[in-house]
Amino acid sequence: MAFDSFQDFLAMGGHAPYVWAAWALTAVLLVGSVLHARAERRQLLRELKRRARRERRAARETDVEEGA
Amino acid sequence: MSSSNTLDQPLSIIEPHGGLGVALIATLRRDLTLMLRRRSEVMNPLAFFALVITLFPLGLSPDPELLATVAPGLLWVAALLATLLSLDSLFRADFEDGSLEQLLLAPQPLAAMVLAKVVVHWLLTGLPLALMAPVLGLMLGLPAGSHLILMLALALGSASLSLVGAIGAALTVGLARGGVLLSLLVLPLYIPVLIFGAGAVQAALLGSGVAAHLAILGALLALAVMLAPWAIAAALRISVNG
Amino acid sequence: MWAFIHKLGSPKWFYGISARLMPWFWIAAAALLLVGSVWGLLFTPADYQQGNSFRIIYVHVPAAFLAQSIFVSMAIAGLVFMVWKIKVADMAAAVMAPLGAAMTFIALFSGGVWGIPTWGTWWMWDARLTSMLILLFLYIGVIALRGAFASRDSGSRAASVLAMVGVINIPIIKYSVDWWYTLHQPASFTITGRVSMPMEMWAPLLLMVLGFYSFFIALTLMRTRSEILRRESGKRWVQALAEETP
Repeated sequence: MAFDSFQDFLAMGGHAPYVWAAWALTAVLLVGSVLHARAERRQLLRELKRRARRERRAARETDVEEGA
Repeated sequence: MSSSNTLDQPLSIIEPHGGLGVALIATLRRDLTLMLRRRSEVMNPLAFFALVITLFPLGLSPDPELLATVAPGLLWVAALLATLLSLDSLFRADFEDGSLEQLLLAPQPLAAMVLAKVVVHWLLTGLPLALMAPVLGLMLGLPAGSHLILMLALALGSASLSLVGAIGAALTVGLARGGVLLSLLVLPLYIPVLIFGAGAVQAALLGSGVAAHLAILGALLALAVMLAPWAIAAALRISVNG
Repeated sequence: MWAFIHKLGSPKWFYGISARLMPWFWIAAAALLLVGSVWGLLFTPADYQQGNSFRIIYVHVPAAFLAQSIFVSMAIAGLVFMVWKIKVADMAAAVMAPLGAAMTFIALFSGGVWGIPTWGTWWMWDARLTSMLILLFLYIGVIALRGAFASRDSGSRAASVLAMVGVINIPIIKYSVDWWYTLHQPASFTITGRVSMPMEMWAPLLLMVLGFYSFFIALTLMRTRSEILRRESGKRWVQALAEETP
């Protein structure tokens, strides 16, 4: 362990703003891109499902018309 | 079909005689004539070049010593922007009147024909800029010994600029507002030419070896001549057919 | 060989195989990044010259590596798309570009922040930082060009051509910037220029680099899958798939 205490770890020997800024930006961008990719996938699947439902309903309606 | 077989000669379209050489010379002559008719388009980059160089002493200071130290960089950046300004019209008129499409359909290899167009662009933009640069160099207090090197470096470098810039022009010719995008695409690719071009003039100022810089500029040009025409041709096909 | 390439080119096949591969890359990325971060932040001793500020290396160097690798991958994907007309390659190239730009930005930002304790200034026209900045402009150009075309196919092909032109230029730009830097700046204290690094310093760095690469592969697979759903939404297998998933 390179640090004696948690306070020490946070202080980074006086270089805290630089080290934590660089690491924080990296973490934000990596986590952000994962969240974005997940949201993108969910939204696409939702849209596809809505579209499938619409088409099924349209198909059923034409069936009814043809039957009548 | 049977009736055409009875004819002595099969039905065919008669191609004009001559191969690639004739087509190249025809393209060169046509483009030169067209460009010389639109004189303002040839003059504009030169006027722009002179104007930008006039702005720097006004913005920095009239001190000749300071100007002489920054002159190589200023002249190169201004020349680079002037070439950039002229790129948008490189394929624009041909694209709009349909002659670009004809060029794509021609039996001659497109890369070679495109090279002829770029040569015309260099003759009417890069070369005049290079010839004009010593005058502006004088105004910036550049010592007389470096003027020839400045001209040589600009003439060599601007040929690479025309080739690389033509790739960007070909990619954006089909877009309604391609101008800003064009500079975004092309300027990063101009950096090596800028570094070695300005470096040549700087070396001439310091009295150190100039040959190495000019040799690298020549190598960049050789590379650009080999590769750029294929990229320009591919880009034109995308812009015209897409 | 050819059969394999064409199989790989089928979005449906790719969608299936990537579903099986992706979890492994996510697990590898999470494990490597976690172990590498804890090791690098907590257990590696401080540098004798730079103190604790050298711990920025564990995000700076992997991001810089990845920024360059992603551009090369993008150009290769562009080439595959142009030569074999494999649509999946273009979808991958399209989703790689923003991640590459993000990595370039991380490398630039962490380099600038690192500059304060080492150089005393945010920005220096250091050779590495300068070529990173130019790389960022190249990424922005590729993304902007793809978006500028009304038809997706034209945009894809134009972006592929530009990526290939860019990848030929990157070594030339890097070389010329290095040369320019040595000419104008006397070799000063570079941030990552040290040749020999003790084992306990580079072992976590290696883990972080591998972690970043796994992350890149996993994210690219995931977003390419989404891109397949978007572009192939009219296909029957995509619609069947949408109805299956809860």
